[in-house]
Amino acid sequence: MNTNDWLLRVERLTKIYGEPNDHSLRQTGPDFNTNQCPDTGAIVACADVSFTLHPGEVLGIVGESGSGKSTVVKQLYFDLEATGGTTYLRQYQGGEENMLTASSQQKRYLRNHLMGMVYQNPRDGLNFRFSSGGNIAEKLLMAGTFHVGRIRDRASDLLHATEVPTVRMDEQPATFSGGMQQRVQIAKAIANNPPLLFLDEVTTGLDVSVQAKVLDMIRQLQRELNIAMIVVSHDLSVIRMLTDRTLVMKNGHIVEQGLTDQILQDPQHPYTQLLVSSLL
Amino acid sequence: MIENKKFSRSFNYAFIDESTKKEIRRKLLKAICIPGYQVPYSSPEMPIARGWGTGGLHITLAIIGKNAEGRPDVFKIIDQGSDASVNACNLRDFVRRTTDCETTFETHEATIIQTRHRITEEVLKAHQIMVFQVPQPEPLRSVERYERKTRQMHAEADYAKMWVSLYESYVRFGAIMRGASYPVRVNNRYVMAPSPIPRWDIPNLNNARCLYLFGAGREKRLYAVPPHTKVEPLEFEDVKFAIEDFSGRRCTLTSEKIAFLDELYQTDGSASHVVNDSDFLDKLQQQGRPPQWENPYLAQKQQSLTN
Repeated sequence: MNTNDWLLRVERLTKIYGEPNDHSLRQTGPDFNTNQCPDTGAIVACADVSFTLHPGEVLGIVGESGSGKSTVVKQLYFDLEATGGTTYLRQYQGGEENMLTASSQQKRYLRNHLMGMVYQNPRDGLNFRFSSGGNIAEKLLMAGTFHVGRIRDRASDLLHATEVPTVRMDEQPATFSGGMQQRVQIAKAIANNPPLLFLDEVTTGLDVSVQAKVLDMIRQLQRELNIAMIVVSHDLSVIRMLTDRTLVMKNGHIVEQGLTDQILQDPQHPYTQLLVSSLL
Repeated sequence: MIENKKFSRSFNYAFIDESTKKEIRRKLLKAICIPGYQVPYSSPEMPIARGWGTGGLHITLAIIGKNAEGRPDVFKIIDQGSDASVNACNLRDFVRRTTDCETTFETHEATIIQTRHRITEEVLKAHQIMVFQVPQPEPLRSVERYERKTRQMHAEADYAKMWVSLYESYVRFGAIMRGASYPVRVNNRYVMAPSPIPRWDIPNLNNARCLYLFGAGREKRLYAVPPHTKVEPLEFEDVKFAIEDFSGRRCTLTSEKIAFLDELYQTDGSASHVVNDSDFLDKLQQQGRPPQWENPYLAQKQQSLTN
């Protein structure tokens, strides 16, 4: 793969809660099996996370709960403010400006035009007081489409693509099943054709048959629209099904990265070996 | 008992003390400088409860006195278009007693017109100031309950939620169901609640010759629309703003068709209509039609009547 052809570059992304001291980063991590600084009690949620994402690539982040994998994508989507580090997006200022220091208007533009996010809980990504069509309309309105007819056409196309019955477009997502809510959320996230999509534990909490359907749909959308994705999951089968490349995280650090097949067939780090061997 | 002989009155001119009036005037200047922006202000105690017209009263009392030509102000107050309702009568009496200003029912004579939820049917001129009593100054309150958030949304001009609520209304009911307080965008920037005036009056905010001041006493906010400022209702490219449709109805007293009409129910259950603006109604009955506002929506109505 051409290394100049990148979409997203993340360098030394760090998030610390509480008050760290100079030793906090050195005293936490997988080698110490803790996130908490023994001196100050500060929690190092993720530390020195660096990676590059290529256009159309699907990157998995896997790890146990508390390993900092969600923290990484939430910082990239500006839901959480990063403590340190830099991120660059090819489409933003030619990839030369750090996104984390952008103004809140610029961040809103980035969120609306260049990124999409699908949360584990549909309540985080959808406004349950609006209809599902209205939720998609919100994204389109933020990107400057002020034509009801065109909004409705686009919304019904998106719902069709995500296999939500379009006749239920004007109903509130609260009346939908969990799987349908998740698909509405995906439709909303891809409404403005973003080049980059974050999926944070999308199938957790869905039953197995619905899980398979949602994963199938994500894979199909990825093939058709060629969206780059970052898939966060603790479930190795989701990672295996969706991703090309995988980062393994533990205690806020990346402990291993490589092609997904390679990681699953020949894990190097003891934690990854444990993870793979405990796969049912 | 010590009698106060130094002052003829036991309260200051226009009731509020001078430094507080000055504060309100400074906030008004700021509001005029940033059209549509809500400026927080002190909202001092008044002898009426907050939320009963104190915001309007604060503005009126802070600016009343002499006008630009040195002549004393003439005060008019209307409540839902009427000079004679209880709220209007009491506040008029209060302002007259604390300022000794002249009061009037005549729209064209007044220099300050305080109003609750209407703009006069008669067009206002450059020397006139209209003061609105506003119950809810925050247009985004219906979609976002936290003040911290709404202020951030205004600061970033992030009005997507407002637009979604209009979209939702259209999808659910086939029309944008906002009879009063239809959200407007002022000077291409701030979305503003025009106080609950009917849609009929919204176009008259645009590019007017008079000054519009808005006061919300309970919410402690002032805002303004200066003369000749662009005020446009939020509308979609294919779903447009429209004023109330009274076609096929007319005022039972004057046969007037182009005016905001009140619907009155009769004992037999039928409805009849009367011109809402009491001064406009009097004029129509006594001396002929005063000059009305001109806007494209009214022009369209007039055209459809002549055809």
